[in-house]
Amino acid sequence: MTNGIDDREPGTEAELQLQADEEILLDELGIFGESRRKFLGKVAAAGLGALVLEIVAEQKALAFDAAEPSLSPLTVENPVTVSFSVNGMKKSIELDSRMTLLDALRERLALTGSKKGCDHGQCGACTVMIDGRRVLACLTLTAQCEGREITTIEGLSHGADLHPMQTAFIKHDGFQCGFCTPGQICSAVALMQEAKNGELSYVTADVRQKTATIKLSDDEIRERMSGNLCRCGAYPNIVAAIREVHTGKATDPMAELPLEVENASV
Amino acid sequence: MRAFKFTPSSEPEAAVKAVKANSEAKFIAGGTNLIDLMKEGIEGPSELVDISRLNLTQIRSTSTGISIGSLAKNSDTANHPLVRRDFPMLTQAILSGATAQIRNMATNGGNIAQRTRCPYFYEVSVNCNKRRPGSGCSSLEGYNRNHSIFGFSDKCAAVNPSDMSVALAALDASVNVLGADGKTRVIKFNDFHRLPGDTPQRDNNLEHGELITSIEIPKSNFAPHSYYLKVGDRASHSFALVSVAAALELDGGKIKQARIAMGGVAPKPWRAYAAEKFLAGKTPSEENFSAAADSEMKAAIPLEHNGFKIELGKRAIVLALKRAAAGNA
Ligand SMILES: Cc1cc2nc3c(=O)[nH]c(=O)nc-3n(C[C@H](O)[C@H](O)[C@H](O)COP(=O)(O)OP(=O)(O)OC[C@H]3O[C@@H](n4cnc5c(N)ncnc54)[C@H](O)[C@@H]3O)c2cc1C
Ligand code: FES
Ligand code: FES
Repeated sequence: MTNGIDDREPGTEAELQLQADEEILLDELGIFGESRRKFLGKVAAAGLGALVLEIVAEQKALAFDAAEPSLSPLTVENPVTVSFSVNGMKKSIELDSRMTLLDALRERLALTGSKKGCDHGQCGACTVMIDGRRVLACLTLTAQCEGREITTIEGLSHGADLHPMQTAFIKHDGFQCGFCTPGQICSAVALMQEAKNGELSYVTADVRQKTATIKLSDDEIRERMSGNLCRCGAYPNIVAAIREVHTGKATDPMAELPLEVENASV
Repeated sequence: MRAFKFTPSSEPEAAVKAVKANSEAKFIAGGTNLIDLMKEGIEGPSELVDISRLNLTQIRSTSTGISIGSLAKNSDTANHPLVRRDFPMLTQAILSGATAQIRNMATNGGNIAQRTRCPYFYEVSVNCNKRRPGSGCSSLEGYNRNHSIFGFSDKCAAVNPSDMSVALAALDASVNVLGADGKTRVIKFNDFHRLPGDTPQRDNNLEHGELITSIEIPKSNFAPHSYYLKVGDRASHSFALVSVAAALELDGGKIKQARIAMGGVAPKPWRAYAAEKFLAGKTPSEENFSAAADSEMKAAIPLEHNGFKIELGKRAIVLALKRAAAGNA
């Protein structure tokens, strides 16, 4: 254990400690968010990545080593015991049969990367992968997850090594407040595999034609990502990030901005 | 959400028995509709019988057509090579619905058994005959832009939201179910969903405890000339205002047979029999498509806010038929 919080007792004190740490983290993210635009102009992508890396690594460490807070037994009705793997780690928890996977991840396993946006399947903020396929944790009963392999945003990076999709989101400024981002990234990572498998979408021109893999146009990316809403409207940058990972062709985000406007009118 | 007992199951017969034994029990498959409704307090089963691990996921060709497992996922069904080749309109219909994440969770049985998205059905503080029989229908006097123009009653005007069902209706599918007595029966797709009449609380003709095991689609020659068109408020991730599944069998420049079904216009997938009949033997021209659409839509009865669906429906039928004729599937 390297983060110095491994000796906390489970229970209220540990929870308070977690909250305090999370607040510090949020403060950092907030400050970072405000100055991010200035940063982009001045700092090379690598330098920026390093700063974000630090935060991501800290958040990750916090999540994995947090004691599992136990709910008061009074609130657990119809308990079920579920064993599954989360980001490669075996977990076995007893919980109320009503508990969704999203609440189990966030409230029982302290993996707060997956976000609760609408809690009704409409926004995609809770997107995780089960057995490699993207699904919505808010409409998944944990009780139905026995033996499944779950991957959350926390499981995409390896230590300080970000997943290429994470790097691309940072490079292309694919977020503003960041609330939808874990879901966007999980969704986009699964999308890369779906395209490799030749899976179709409603905008694919000829569904009868055999396809080994699918080359995603921007329209295809938009259609296939339509289950992930972004209140901040970072859509163009999200598409740019996904396009870069999908094509393997690096593009310069600054070059895509219109630097001069000719004959402007209001 | 009301507390419920969670009952895993590994055999269809055992699952049927468990639900049959408890009048408040329900099957849960992908959960994408049921969990949502349970969170809203619209459904409140005392027991959920988990059917998601039943071995009913096969998609295979049969001597008469294709058999699609009720527990196969929507995404796997849409992408299956046999479905793509022989029933591309079904592939398109499934892919037009919901989102990639939801289609990865949703099952075929759950899709055709999903409940309406009528906002009054979803709002527990107002009257709704589907949710609380006898309480009254708020949509008839309320905001009914998204409601039926065909097949509704003075008790309910909600539409069936399933895209997949519209294609299945056009393709003359049938539904295999396993009953509580261990016997199986076959329900023709057109008889699967119900019109509301005086019992809008019943969406379909399944008895309590009956399990959908598979959906069968008969062989046909529609594959090269079929199209599923969906029109919604957004290009993606929205329920249909109007949708059209259109399929043509062409022979020597003439329409041998046409199949047309509509979504978003009725409490069940709406087969446009009048339009189909009109087109038989005719040439596939825009004039004929337009006349066929008129012949169907003249029977529509608009509510206060959904009159636009009549013109939209006409245009959608014509466009879907044009794309089908051009071989756009
Ligand atoms: C945000 C959102 C957007 C959506 N958009 C669309 C859309 O545009 N078009 C569209 O068509 N759909 C749409 N849907 C609905 C979605 O397609 C359905 O929720 C899904 O198909 C239901 O399948 P499921 O397996 O999850 O069913 P469940 O939720 O598990 O079950 C639904 C119902 O079917 C019953 N049931 C399930 N399987 C069986 C069986 N084998 N035998 C008997 N009864 C059974 C259950 O008891 C329950 O009553 C949307 C859903 C969401 C949340
Ligand atoms: S929180 Fe799950 S889709 Fe919005
Ligand atoms: S970055 Fe704010 S919601 Fe997407």
